[in-house]
Amino acid sequence: MELTKEQQALLDGERGETMAKVMETLVRYGEIFGAEKMAPVTNEYGHLVLSFGLSFLGPVFDLYQKLIDDGCVAGQKFTCDPRPYDPAVPQNPLQKLVAKAVFGKQKRYEGQLKELGILNDDSYTCTCYLDELGNTPKQGDVLSWAESSAVVYANSVLGARCNRNSGIIELFGSVAGYVPVFGLLTDEGRKADWIVELRTETLPDAQLLGSAVGMKAMEDVPYIRGLDRFLGTELNDDAKTYLKDFGAATASNGAVGLYHIENLTPEAKEQGEGLIRENAKVYVIDEAELQRVKDSYPCIWKNPNAKPQLCFLGCPHMTLRQLEDWTDKVEQGLKEAGNEKVLIPTVFTASMPVIKAFNATPYAGRLRKTGVVLSFICPLMYMDNPLCKTMNVITSSNKLRTYTSARYYSNEEILEKITKEGK
Amino acid sequence: MLKTFQGRVIAAGDVTAEAVVTRNGFNTLASMQMMFIQPKTKCVDQSNPDLYNKILGGRALCLPQTIGSTTGGMFLFSAVESGKAPACLLFSKDIDSLAAAGAVLSDVFSKNKMPVVDRLGDEFLDFVKDGDRITVKSDGTVQVLR
Repeated sequence: MELTKEQQALLDGERGETMAKVMETLVRYGEIFGAEKMAPVTNEYGHLVLSFGLSFLGPVFDLYQKLIDDGCVAGQKFTCDPRPYDPAVPQNPLQKLVAKAVFGKQKRYEGQLKELGILNDDSYTCTCYLDELGNTPKQGDVLSWAESSAVVYANSVLGARCNRNSGIIELFGSVAGYVPVFGLLTDEGRKADWIVELRTETLPDAQLLGSAVGMKAMEDVPYIRGLDRFLGTELNDDAKTYLKDFGAATASNGAVGLYHIENLTPEAKEQGEGLIRENAKVYVIDEAELQRVKDSYPCIWKNPNAKPQLCFLGCPHMTLRQLEDWTDKVEQGLKEAGNEKVLIPTVFTASMPVIKAFNATPYAGRLRKTGVVLSFICPLMYMDNPLCKTMNVITSSNKLRTYTSARYYSNEEILEKITKEGK
Repeated sequence: MLKTFQGRVIAAGDVTAEAVVTRNGFNTLASMQMMFIQPKTKCVDQSNPDLYNKILGGRALCLPQTIGSTTGGMFLFSAVESGKAPACLLFSKDIDSLAAAGAVLSDVFSKNKMPVVDRLGDEFLDFVKDGDRITVKSDGTVQVLR
């Protein structure tokens, strides 16, 4: 790899041995993928995936402490994934006790994040790109982010440039101020390997469609035709919200870091079919294919007919508009069934700035009356508690389903279950 | 029967271990998230029938690539540093960015070693089976003994 004088100096140890190792890691990481140079990080803020002080991630916290001790802190501020614990979320006393042990390093880690450069105390969310958070890159910006759902959103919806970096690597990029140029940072790497032909009669559930695309495309770039029939050709709030959830499923059920939506996402609008590689493979999705994908999800509950104990919505975190829409839907569903409160304990999750904005609207009081709990928690981390792992949790998040024992249902099915069926 | 494959070295090292094989993408977080409360790291990914409930710790993990959360490389690094990782990672395809991060981070910062070889080819993954004896050399040679 050809380095600039400044980059070579870092590698040679001008700023100490630890910074040299940070640079060595970035260079070796880039060279694996044929990177010939490093690019400066241009977005104002970074984003870190590790937000949880899991007791057993001691090696990571020891490494971060070494960075701090040796002055290798981030040159840019950053946001971070959601916190793992919120007392507002239903837990029995034993689960609470275990959560404190599992996340025993949370206080230490949040202290480290302050020293490393976290933006502020409300910066914990997987949806850092929403207006309320302000970590919204511009088209063409070079990022050093991790968090699969945020990376795929930044690349696809915002047109920024970021590889699917792992945790630690993203911090190293923020510390060094450079990232290796390969993959999704290059024009060639942003071309589509798959054409997805969507032939459904109606708009599919975002996280089911994303799951199907992710499992087929894996790490490749898909170019999706037919979705603009439902989402339109402008990236309005509804389209962006849909793509947030769709992308999270493509990234977690597969390893998609970038997708193009014909006539809608920035590069697809600018370059159209010029983005599609020669001999791109074709994947046709209709109602039958979506049903096949949904039926392929295993249920690992001990008793598949058990009553759900908890419902999570908001992985990735919900937008303000989603919270308002869901308040309307839950109220309406309860009214139709003659119920006053949700029949299954239900948690909606969103970032603190979105929760604060929501709490300033009349919707907040209405949602509270339905019994739904609003939290900043990461549902995935909630279920990392060994005593919560075996709970019968339902969700409309295909990301949460992938990483836990939670059972996936479409948004419509979830609404029926929490407001009318109770099972 | 002995068959030899040649790949590209990502993290050099010599090791011999028993094979455990997935032909599906290996979701690092979903597979290894319980490793620190297990005596030996076992796969807990419900979506991967090739590996679900099988021991990964100390085994030669043969896979096409890793998928899933971007915590993947971090988990691999923690697994290596804690002695909970597979003995080596053997990729049939080009390594993905998350696994590459874990491999390089471990090689640069960890006291423990986990050899990693990629580009072993589809033939490697077609041939290798659970329980095969795998020997990895630091030049990227992988011997499969059955």
